[in-house]
Amino acid sequence: MSSRDNILKQIRQNKPSETQLPSVERFDSLFENTEEKFREMLAAIYTEVIVVKDTDELAQKAQELYGSVVNRATTIPALSNWADFSLNVSDPHELETIEIAILSAEFGVAENGAVWISDQYLPHRVLPFITQNLAFVIPRSAIVNNMHEAYVRLQETTGWGCFIAGPSKTADIEQSLVIGAHGARSMVIFLLESE
Amino acid sequence: MSKALMEHAEASEVFNRDEPYVNWHDETLWFVRQKRDKSSKQLPEWEQLRETASSIKHYVLSHMDELLISFEQKARENGVHVHWAADAAEHNEIVLGLLKQHKIDKMVKSKSMLTEECHMNDFLSKNGIEVIDTDLGERIVQLRNEPPSHIVLPAIHLKKKDIGDLFHEHLGTEAGATDPQYLTEAARQHLRDKFLTRRAALTGVNFAIAETGGFVVSTNEGNADMGAHLADIHIACMGFEKIIPKQEHLGVFLRLLARSATGQPITTYSSHFKKPREGQEMHIVIVDNGRSTQLGRADFRSSLKCIRCGACMNTCPVYRRSGGHSYHNAVAGPIGSILAPNLDMTKNADLPFASTLCGSCSNVCPVKIDIHDQLYKWRQVLAKEGYVPKSKEIGIRAMSTVLSQPRFYQWSGRLGRTVMRAMPFMVNNGMNPWYKQRDMPEPPKESFRDWYVRNRKE
Repeated sequence: MSSRDNILKQIRQNKPSETQLPSVERFDSLFENTEEKFREMLAAIYTEVIVVKDTDELAQKAQELYGSVVNRATTIPALSNWADFSLNVSDPHELETIEIAILSAEFGVAENGAVWISDQYLPHRVLPFITQNLAFVIPRSAIVNNMHEAYVRLQETTGWGCFIAGPSKTADIEQSLVIGAHGARSMVIFLLESE
Repeated sequence: MSKALMEHAEASEVFNRDEPYVNWHDETLWFVRQKRDKSSKQLPEWEQLRETASSIKHYVLSHMDELLISFEQKARENGVHVHWAADAAEHNEIVLGLLKQHKIDKMVKSKSMLTEECHMNDFLSKNGIEVIDTDLGERIVQLRNEPPSHIVLPAIHLKKKDIGDLFHEHLGTEAGATDPQYLTEAARQHLRDKFLTRRAALTGVNFAIAETGGFVVSTNEGNADMGAHLADIHIACMGFEKIIPKQEHLGVFLRLLARSATGQPITTYSSHFKKPREGQEMHIVIVDNGRSTQLGRADFRSSLKCIRCGACMNTCPVYRRSGGHSYHNAVAGPIGSILAPNLDMTKNADLPFASTLCGSCSNVCPVKIDIHDQLYKWRQVLAKEGYVPKSKEIGIRAMSTVLSQPRFYQWSGRLGRTVMRAMPFMVNNGMNPWYKQRDMPEPPKESFRDWYVRNRKE
């Protein structure tokens, strides 16, 4: 008998009698101001939130913040003039030198400051991790209250996706928080009012 | 298997020799526990969330076979290869086989307590494979040739000076440098090179979803993603109890996991893998290694609900003052002490005794495992099956003689108090285990019984 069949056989013999799933599996988080909560959570994880009214203002802000940086990449068409690094590479290792990536993402979660990004928005999965600095652009209206609401939005997912909450961090040396472990060293979130 | 090199009590004694160090260790972990408290109190529904998580996990235990089969089928449809391993040896062989097949002799690994449990790194290195642990804490202990001392905070037992010295030796940082920012930067550079040059990446699995065939890996550093998205082959290893029925259940578990672990509302990265990227191979190894046996132990099966947050360690007065290594098991602390005897009763018979049974572990557990009850129950099982050390047995027998005879009990109490008063050196010496690391209390003048009898008369 294969290990698979053996394991399953033993599980069948040993599992407890059947119970049902709980009837309530979702809870509401009713924040007075969802966007305010989102900002508050992000401030606590060293992430700045900037509201921009349109892509022109986004381009202007991008220039202000990152204009002097070399190796700028983006997935946002309106910023193509701002970028100087093409994401049109076949080997993701070539992304290694990217200093700043401004990426379109789907939505944010107020209770923890996380942003959902997926294959759908990315030419390379490693991009939000390998870039030295990271910025996401999400519609200002796309902030859900909590993770239960988030998963309601995620009924249909692609091959890979990730909640990212702030820059990469570690506290493995005497519990001292250090920003920039392996992933992004800094993070900015742009809330876009209109396309 | 043989007994552990040093039993928990013995190892704790060594750990306690340096009092300021123990105090520091104790306070550091208590600080993490307090962060957990603060964070959990932000959610009015916290207790309901724990209850819900526990019920979902109970459903999982009672439908384990169906859920695993569904997961396997969906994962295969997603283009992922699924392997099954009955024990640690088979798991290690599967990983080695995959690497050999691709002619790979160097691999990066993000945190996986399962591979610690299977002693995979050792096995692979004996077979000519270099494994680099990429979680900073894990890399630190790996360079020291030590196992992690905590499942979430692998290097929590080390001071920054230890790490500074280690990095000076291995990564060429300046001698005497102890700044965490500087040391972390050095590790970032060192490990970035590994991420960029390794063709295989191994990760653990926090949750595997039966409904979609996908799995979630949580990190703060981003190391699992850096490894997996750059490698040609991604191997994810999971104990079979990691399964959850539906994707929406992640809403419950991800809300609990990081808050319980470090007090963060969520880890920086919660990566949802479902299909390999184009040109990549993705493998999942589902491991039993004693879990199906534990599933059959009615008193202990709920230990399989564990989501590895480490909250029970941070709160445990024994763990905080004895350190993770004293548990000589991949998973230390209260949860490790109820998992380990299932793996090997001879080697781990001491662990259920490494507890005061105060119950704090059960109170913080996000999936409501009755950890302290199970510690107590393991003691009964181990004693009945003859795994309890002779010295303990003699003590227990003596105690039972005293406690079962009221007159003898009264007499011995009086004798004890007199001895402690008149000849304190009789108890304040190294022969008395209660004297270790503490002074004996002032003996009371009379027993409660004497006081009660006297006051009833008046």
